[in-house]
Amino acid sequence: MMAWQTGWHKWKWVAFFLAPSLIGLSIFIVLPILTSFTLAFQDWNLLSPPEWIGLANFQEMFADDAFWGALRYTLQFIAFYIPTVFALALGLAVLLNQKLRGVLVVRTATFLPVVASWVVVSLIWKWIFNPQYGLINPALAALGVQAPAWLFDPSSALIAIVITSVWKDLGYIAVMYLGGLQAINDTLYEAAHIDGANGRQQFFRITLPLLTPTMFFVLIILLINSFQVFDQVWLMPMRDSAADRQVEVLVTEVVKNAFSYNRMGYASAMSWVLFALIFLITFVQLRLQKRWVYYESE
Amino acid sequence: MNPSKTLPITADANVKPKSVARISLRRGLLYAVMVGLVLLMVTPFAWMLSTSLKAQQYILETPPRLFPSPITLESYTGLAERIDLARVVFNSAFVAAATTVGQIVISAMAAYAFARLQWRGRNIVFMLYLATMMVPSVVMVIPQFILIRQLGWVNTYAALIVPSLFNAFGTFLLRQSFLGLPKDFEEAAFVDGANPFTIFWRIMLPLNLPAIATLVVLSFMGSWNSYLFPLFVARKEEVITLPVALGVLQAGPRALTEWNLVMAGAVITVLPILIVYLFAQKWFIQGIVSSGIKG
Repeated sequence: MMAWQTGWHKWKWVAFFLAPSLIGLSIFIVLPILTSFTLAFQDWNLLSPPEWIGLANFQEMFADDAFWGALRYTLQFIAFYIPTVFALALGLAVLLNQKLRGVLVVRTATFLPVVASWVVVSLIWKWIFNPQYGLINPALAALGVQAPAWLFDPSSALIAIVITSVWKDLGYIAVMYLGGLQAINDTLYEAAHIDGANGRQQFFRITLPLLTPTMFFVLIILLINSFQVFDQVWLMPMRDSAADRQVEVLVTEVVKNAFSYNRMGYASAMSWVLFALIFLITFVQLRLQKRWVYYESE
Repeated sequence: MNPSKTLPITADANVKPKSVARISLRRGLLYAVMVGLVLLMVTPFAWMLSTSLKAQQYILETPPRLFPSPITLESYTGLAERIDLARVVFNSAFVAAATTVGQIVISAMAAYAFARLQWRGRNIVFMLYLATMMVPSVVMVIPQFILIRQLGWVNTYAALIVPSLFNAFGTFLLRQSFLGLPKDFEEAAFVDGANPFTIFWRIMLPLNLPAIATLVVLSFMGSWNSYLFPLFVARKEEVITLPVALGVLQAGPRALTEWNLVMAGAVITVLPILIVYLFAQKWFIQGIVSSGIKG
């Protein structure tokens, strides 16, 4: 036994390795989480001392049209975004899994938007969606289609934001699927082929069932992330337009309350409601997974 | 290749041989989809670059021209007149580099304590780390801002660097990698009388370079691209980072007609990351897929 494996010497080494991380985490992560939780029950504008108000923040929130509007837009975003990216990324992953020359180029290209920052991606697409000088409306006009005002108008702004988000995240989700596809044993396909199963049958009888664990994981990640959608919603709507005034999601509403109105308590309460929603939905997902997720080992 | 694996397939009489025409049609379609996808992914970036190389009057052309003519750098010089470009680029680079180095050192040390040292309460403390990973960043933004304010760190580099040094994810990632390493080397070093620091420095770090590289990519990219938190703690020009500066620029009163400047800023923000990505794809893809949840 070396001296540092026991007693005081051991704890000296534990402290040496762990202290920077543990102290920092306590101050900059754990303490803020606890602070935020207590703030949710207080009224504080950063200037006068915080006042304890019990559940008043939550009562106000549930009677606040802005909160329900933000929740509605968040859910609408999710309803358009998740099915689209879920399906398209699966298609892309199947393509990337083909033994074809050039698939690596496709993978590289579809991952470009993933590494780009959300700010850059939002601004590029804001410019592309510009009704007069962008890329999309002139093309639509050439086809004789009546083009929407995109980021000026609340409902088409949401579509523009969804398109941008799908474009950015497609490669990321596809690569997650790809991992699942590559884990499927080739001999299953060979056996199916011998039994005369065609490509479509193989996809629905082998690929899809064996991919359900990956799909489950992807769905959880997508839900957790898309409830927190922020950058693109904050940046894309045109300044002072109807879209700018109306399109708010939960995180932009939290940020507005905290940093524009200095309502730290109210904003904290809202952030905890958002956390609770994410938690609840993840929990429901975990409970429902037995109904559709197939684990080979069971 | 194993002949028994491929032979039955070609020899099977039940499977109708597909005609050459059908196979090549399928191939052709697949390639068309692939070319379409590449264009779909590359065109927006090309459009950004193209806009940034146009003179002011040419960006308001309808229909827009995909290839700028004449090509000019006046958007970039115009941008440099509007904001202190060198300073903003330096801020972003410095903050990202400091965050990365700090995060690696702190995470690796903690990961070693969790993976290799035996101590009471280790599992409970590790559970605490995992629990903090579940809390969405929006919950943390407000109290972290208040803390930064109380520390007097608003509009300082510390505000941009320090809070992101201690994320549990880095510790988790490196711990997993450390646990996967056989203990033989350490035991040999231990017999030679090496102390934990020597083992950590000479064995753990060099033998876990892939995981460290993954974390380097993730934390540099995360910091370089970060927007929500910097937006509220660092708005002064002395410390402002590229994404925040870009956001301010595009919201300005003249922004409707100055898209060439905004796109020039976007090029400066995104090009370094895209170039590093093209050379180190493996680490980017591995890292981003392993991190899963958005910062």
